[in-house]
Amino acid sequence: MNRDAMKDMLLRMADDVLILAHRHSEWTGLGPLLEEDIAFSSIAQDKLGHAQALFSILHEHFEGAEPDAMAFGRTEQLMRCCHLVELPNGEYDFSLMRHFLFDAAEYVRWTALCESSFEPLAKLALKIRGELKYHLYHAQTWVIQLGAEGSEESKARMQTALRNVWPFALGIFEVRPGDADLVSDGVFPGEDVLRERWIAFVSNVFEKAKLEIPVDASAVLGGRDGYHTEHLGPLLDEMTEVYRQDPSAQW
Amino acid sequence: MATLISLDPRVTRLGIEQDPGSAPEPKAELDQFHTYEVFHQGKTGAHHVHVGVVHAPNAEMALLLAKEQYGRRGQTINLWVVNTRDVVTMESADSDIFTTTPEKTYRDVGAYMVRNKVEAYKKKQQEGNTNES
Repeated sequence: MNRDAMKDMLLRMADDVLILAHRHSEWTGLGPLLEEDIAFSSIAQDKLGHAQALFSILHEHFEGAEPDAMAFGRTEQLMRCCHLVELPNGEYDFSLMRHFLFDAAEYVRWTALCESSFEPLAKLALKIRGELKYHLYHAQTWVIQLGAEGSEESKARMQTALRNVWPFALGIFEVRPGDADLVSDGVFPGEDVLRERWIAFVSNVFEKAKLEIPVDASAVLGGRDGYHTEHLGPLLDEMTEVYRQDPSAQW
Repeated sequence: MATLISLDPRVTRLGIEQDPGSAPEPKAELDQFHTYEVFHQGKTGAHHVHVGVVHAPNAEMALLLAKEQYGRRGQTINLWVVNTRDVVTMESADSDIFTTTPEKTYRDVGAYMVRNKVEAYKKKQQEGNTNES
């Protein structure tokens, strides 16, 4: 097994959910409905759990640091998240569209990982499948509700959000140098294959929601190499504030 | 008369007059979502039990939101949602229709001697099993 490629894959998956969990948690107390506020916060907690599980695999099988040190002890340049998850929440339409496109990608990815030759990942995939199914169900129901079933304003807002989020969402599937080894070892099907499955899935939902995927958009890349948007730094400052004061703090 | 200013959006939206004696202005119809009654099933085969309400624009959204409100803690197998408008009920003033005269022991379940029959049946079953082995 190409251990460096494996570490790279686990780290980028973990960082994506860690950062998106933080963004989702920023809706706590501010959601448009009480029920929706709770749903977003709860999904954020699930995502944080997935990040912790991935950091634990890195720790146990690949000499990674403790999960807390991995989550809170790294500088921006060492983070491997894609730009999609770093962007500020903006308005609810933007957050919701990001939530949908990201969770559709997660669902496709983890469904494939159920068959992974790397057993700890296959086991984790089976364990979190129900949560991911719910996250996607939540996002998808809202997208259809605000698209085809909503008002002219809600549909226009969702269409604008889709146009803005799409290039960043394509960036989830950035191909990495060691990926080919992982594909031939049966660890995962490869980013290109996942992206095709994802596009097929979201196209079907957008058809129901009467929203159109932008044409000629190109993926925003760079996060997997440690190049990030200007939004990640402030997020990390806030997220790691307690850890930097006292790495052993418990709460 | 000036309207009360409150940080609570419900109070501000209601437009409550400062004079507590005056009636609040009626709200426009349907400026908020319907409520849906939520019924929770904890185990396969168990009854769905009423647990509360959610606000939602339609039944599908109600089910989605109910999952988080009532299904995220403890064991849940299934949920039902029903539009509150579809729940038919009685006036509380009519609750006296449930009171009944007490002198009808023949209507009480205590009058049935089912337990004896059940126990006799169980005993017979057990004896049957013992004989077979």
